[in-house]
Amino acid sequence: MASPNPIIDVRQVTKRFELKDQTIHALAETNLSISKGEFVCLIGASGCGKSTLLRIIAGFETPTSGEALMWGKAVSAPDPTRGMVFQDYALFPWLSVRENIAFGPNARGLPRTTVKDTVDRFIELVGLTKFANAYPHQLSGGMKQRVAIARVLANDAEVVLMDEPFGALDAMTRERLQDELLEIWQRTGLTVVFVTHSIEEAIFLSDRIVVMSPGPGRIESDNPLALSRPRDVSSPEFNEIRRVLGAKLHSHHGKKAA
Amino acid sequence: MTVIDTGALPESASGKKPDSLWTRLKPLTLSLIVPALLLAFWQVATSLRWTRLIPKPYDVAEMMVDFAVGGIVDDAFSATLHIHLLASMGRVYGGFLLAAAVALPIGLMIGRIPAVRMLLDPFLQIMRPIPVTAWLPLSMILFGLGPRSAFALVFLGAFYPILLNTIFGVRSVDPKLFEAASMLGCTGNAQFFKVVLPAALPSIFTGLRLGLGLAWFVIVVGEMTGVPQGLGAVIMDARTLSRTELVICGMIVIGIAGYISDRIVVMIGNRLLAWSPQHNG
Repeated sequence: MASPNPIIDVRQVTKRFELKDQTIHALAETNLSISKGEFVCLIGASGCGKSTLLRIIAGFETPTSGEALMWGKAVSAPDPTRGMVFQDYALFPWLSVRENIAFGPNARGLPRTTVKDTVDRFIELVGLTKFANAYPHQLSGGMKQRVAIARVLANDAEVVLMDEPFGALDAMTRERLQDELLEIWQRTGLTVVFVTHSIEEAIFLSDRIVVMSPGPGRIESDNPLALSRPRDVSSPEFNEIRRVLGAKLHSHHGKKAA
Repeated sequence: MTVIDTGALPESASGKKPDSLWTRLKPLTLSLIVPALLLAFWQVATSLRWTRLIPKPYDVAEMMVDFAVGGIVDDAFSATLHIHLLASMGRVYGGFLLAAAVALPIGLMIGRIPAVRMLLDPFLQIMRPIPVTAWLPLSMILFGLGPRSAFALVFLGAFYPILLNTIFGVRSVDPKLFEAASMLGCTGNAQFFKVVLPAALPSIFTGLRLGLGLAWFVIVVGEMTGVPQGLGAVIMDARTLSRTELVICGMIVIGIAGYISDRIVVMIGNRLLAWSPQHNG
């Protein structure tokens, strides 16, 4: 998947967490390069380092060795160009929907009228205009996650990093948000790195599926998907890919047990 | 994008249905039952002369009227309620505000800056178990007999609840919110005002409410130190004069004044913390 000018380039990154009485090898040497506009899913069992890798790209964690680059520049700290969508939303509970989305533009000191226009646009994009003045505790999980997505987009993120964003939602809401996310992605040309443990979700969404395995966390295989969009989860092609990927995911489970 | 989700907001946000008369009167009615039973018991106990030292409710009510507007007993205490109440309120709110002004910044710093925590926390934790009453003699030596001593004790009483709740609020901010703020471009000291302070506000508010409650609690002790005016002084003087009905009047006034000031704090809190499900009530 080597592209001449990747937006994200992870080079020989390793990560160890030193705890009191043990060292956890979260990531063995990992290389990953992502092109602009790609939709990449990281998938694997828990402990495979997929969230750690995402957090290193975000700048929340520093690699033990190696480096993550964005447009060739080393990632040293979180930055608005790489927006993060958390599984548990991490909205500011004291701010309304509108104020949550305005948080980033305000923090960057944009003029008031620009902020207002931007916020209006993204509230509408995620369909929450009627709830602009509601507080997070008054929203459903799906609505909260829409706010979290709008908040990142309103801040001009080029890369959206999503850490099991739909994991806590019910099946119907999840499907709807998957559709909406794809629509936004196709319209805006964003780059998305999406962590999930659901094979179906990964196949439905991504251009490329990076399968990771635990003990220590590493990339097992990198699978480009040639499936045309929109994708039909009940088509034979979809199920064939699901079967192949399922086998890959389970093979290292077997290895681990052996 | 298709806009589908138009589900109604949960009830907290939608308009409330008009309540029936009973639904509206129920809380008031229920809240009056225990006081009414207590009053009845008091009446029975004093009429049957189970005790001769406690005055009858009617005598206390009469005393209250005299204390408030005069015209019944007409002695040194008649029509002086407002003087004592204002004197006590001045000390309660003064001591409370001073306690808040000192405890809030210290609490914010202890919560956020490890060096300050190591410097101050052990000292403050050792001072904390000392009850306000134990400070009374020292306070009289330091501040003399009089209002300043009362003020100091109220300050001490209100200080710790505000301090401890502020520290707790600052330290229990969800770490995810710092990550969210920093990936949105809000970093360093800006996070203090944009994240720490608003996130700690519910806890700080609880501290202020407890602090104000304790300020009323401590006022009687504070005014035992020979101040001429104040509800605590009235209670102590009335005790010396064996005017038990006046003692009870003083107690009732403190109870009601403390209750009203608590309701005001709660109202301000509900307005300020409309976003917080715990405070929205």
